[in-house]
Amino acid sequence: MELTADRTAAEDVLLFVNAAIASTGQGEFHSDADAQQWSMEFLHEYMLVNYRDLYAATLTLGVNDRNAAAIIMRLLQSGRDANQNQRVVEGRLITKALAELPTHRVYHLFTALRKARVNNRRTRAIMREWLVARPDPAFEAVKYRSAFLGAIRHAHMKVEDLPGEELDAFLFGRHAAGRFETPQFETWRRAHFDRRAVFELPYTVAEGFAAKHRITRAEFLEKIAPQLTRGERLRLQRSAARVGAIGVAADVADLSRMSLTRLAAYALALPVEELEQRRVELTDALRAAALRVAGLRAGTWGRVAAVLDDSYSASGSSEKRRRPLVVALAAHFLLQELAADYSPLWLSGDVDPLMARARGVTALGERILDGLEKRPDALVVVSDGWDNAPVGMAAEVLRVWEDRLDPEGKTAVAHLNPVFDAAGLQARRLAPTTPTIGIRDAEDLPELVEFARFATARTGIAELRAHIDSRVERWLTEEIPCTA
Amino acid sequence: MHRLTFDGLQTRPGQVWGGVRLVPLVRDEPISSLRLHPNGFPDNDPFGGYEPRCCYAPHGLTAEWTDDGTAVPALGTALRMPAKTVRKSGRPKTKLERRTRVRFVPHQTALEAFLPLTFQVPTIAWREWSTRVFRRGLPRSEEPQYIGYDVEGLADALRIFEIHPGQCGVLVYIADALASAVVTPHPDDYRALHPTLVEDGFGELIWRYTHLYEDVPDFRVRLHESSIDTVADLRTTIRVAQREWTDFHEDAMAGGLLDAEYVFTGDYQMNQYTLRRFRPHFVPGRETHVGEAISDDNGRLAYLRTFRLSETQSRRGRLLRTLSDYDWNVEAAAASMGIAAPALVARVDAAGYGGLLRQDVLDHYRAMNSRFGT
Repeated sequence: MELTADRTAAEDVLLFVNAAIASTGQGEFHSDADAQQWSMEFLHEYMLVNYRDLYAATLTLGVNDRNAAAIIMRLLQSGRDANQNQRVVEGRLITKALAELPTHRVYHLFTALRKARVNNRRTRAIMREWLVARPDPAFEAVKYRSAFLGAIRHAHMKVEDLPGEELDAFLFGRHAAGRFETPQFETWRRAHFDRRAVFELPYTVAEGFAAKHRITRAEFLEKIAPQLTRGERLRLQRSAARVGAIGVAADVADLSRMSLTRLAAYALALPVEELEQRRVELTDALRAAALRVAGLRAGTWGRVAAVLDDSYSASGSSEKRRRPLVVALAAHFLLQELAADYSPLWLSGDVDPLMARARGVTALGERILDGLEKRPDALVVVSDGWDNAPVGMAAEVLRVWEDRLDPEGKTAVAHLNPVFDAAGLQARRLAPTTPTIGIRDAEDLPELVEFARFATARTGIAELRAHIDSRVERWLTEEIPCTA
Repeated sequence: MHRLTFDGLQTRPGQVWGGVRLVPLVRDEPISSLRLHPNGFPDNDPFGGYEPRCCYAPHGLTAEWTDDGTAVPALGTALRMPAKTVRKSGRPKTKLERRTRVRFVPHQTALEAFLPLTFQVPTIAWREWSTRVFRRGLPRSEEPQYIGYDVEGLADALRIFEIHPGQCGVLVYIADALASAVVTPHPDDYRALHPTLVEDGFGELIWRYTHLYEDVPDFRVRLHESSIDTVADLRTTIRVAQREWTDFHEDAMAGGLLDAEYVFTGDYQMNQYTLRRFRPHFVPGRETHVGEAISDDNGRLAYLRTFRLSETQSRRGRLLRTLSDYDWNVEAAAASMGIAAPALVARVDAAGYGGLLRQDVLDHYRAMNSRFGT
């Protein structure tokens, strides 16, 4: 009886971790955003009530930013249910997680806490601690003005506690303040009446002022170009070309600094002709990015085969365009660097990964067998798990392979699933004995494959708990990267 | 030709979404000398080959063929109809060189053509029938029709369906009842037509089934591992499992469509292709499918579109068939069905064809029925 309970617990935790890595609450190919959000909400609630300490510890397991914020929110909301020990660990985990989250996510979280009227002592202390440690509060006060103001009010802070001059006047009394000494504040003040000042502000803030001053989109993009962040520049390139802002459009994206997954998404979004022209450049950039991720592990994985899903369902949704295909492409380049001998197997039978297009059926079974036949050391399957030609063939092939053809288990099989199946409340599995792990960015692939040994149905909770505890220990002792 | 066959078409594993099962058909080699298009007009034709404002195009399909067997270019690359057909066209007359096209009636309208129009109106003026029958023919059937959007889950199932390479057709099952079958000559045609399947009409029966039945089960493959020792064995077993599905599908699932005998009418010759309409023999208790098919000289199916009749519709069809078999003689038809004439008239009345009988005759039979019971 205990064994069953143990196993159930381990399964629950793994299921949640997989979901929290893969799901972003956006629509997927098979389910819309509402279904995704509803399912995730249920899983969060379930974990919080049943396994509170493990729930907090999942912050260390690489869950995506949205779910990390959701976990923190829930923990802060229900502090009353935690005992003293839990509270201590949770506090440290939350502090650490907040330091690693992107700034805008944290402000979103603070706003959500305010709206949900979560204002306990612990929440206030955590907010205060985070705000005081910000390296450039003046900049954030301009960029996230209302969220910043709300957070300060909500945390019952005195503005004087924050580093930086004139914050008080900027936030609470700008009409009486006259000119500011701080250049950022002064620019913002001038932007209310001076067109030129608009272009010295951060892009998101300037956009509002541009509308106020009736600046045309083309002129705005042309002149705001120096203020754009890398992500914004990349995002705006296509639309800039449409409105005729040559400066932004012609600005060739700096491929060498993009992350692997981002780069794969960028490449797959290009029109075919451009892709053909820039083939060498893109391939080199993808290789370099993969090598950067692989680091010292490059070439250490031995013989690796990968089954990569480019069926129609890899086209994702309008919100997550081609996301599963992007992950598969990035994984392809990463595995190429990690393995000594690598053989990629795309489901469509294509051999040119850069030209991968999401179409056709998911006939995983035969492709997996093609991979296994070479008897590699590891077989990695990147797929959403909707094996439909025919249904369940992959599971059968894997079962027979394990039972009859490779009983010693020389080939390690891991399934990485970039999609959370909202209806099934899990990242779809291929077979009960094959570990399935959710994946969001291909950069996490090496850690996830290591973690895969826990993701079979045979793991008990004790083993998993030990792993997670050690993970928490390591994570908390790591130095917080100095942002100042 | 009395039956439909799927010669040259292979069944592939179906995909299930809720209560909808879509079974793809893959063609061994595509037919390129006959092509289908969603309509005659491309969305963005820079040359405006055939100005849509000049003519009326109902929402139907267009079939295009060549009589010398050469390939029909895909829509958008082809020359269109001769410019001369457009009145006052300044363009020089295009040379069509042995290419021709025909337009189908839209699916919704076509259904009415499938059923009543295939039957002969009375040739002998029996005294029971009103003059309207001879003047106007059979009345339109006012059956409620449900387009694909109304069929719960069909739109989603079509959206997420993954098209097989070389796929030229699909069988739509709702709650595992065959709702319709579509076959196209070329995979590109299928790809173009796939999204329009949701605009097809479905009978009341199918619409009702979506509400009555829940999800249908997946057919999961099961491999028997005891005889597998090598990879080659495993591959053979996989192939066997796939063939099992194909056989099972053709025998059991599509049996209602393929085993039944049909009456083929309305031949339209398009060079080596023949367009025919078909209707079943209306055997009680069996699935009834009507539709139209294009096949070539060898009987190979190039185009197929079927519609499943509901029980009411097939009862009406049976009635019409019996009447037309006996040349609309009420007594003889009633005798062949083993019932009395008043009972037959009651059925005709119930089927919505009461207006075909002379009013006084109808009243007479109604009175007889109410007096003696039916």
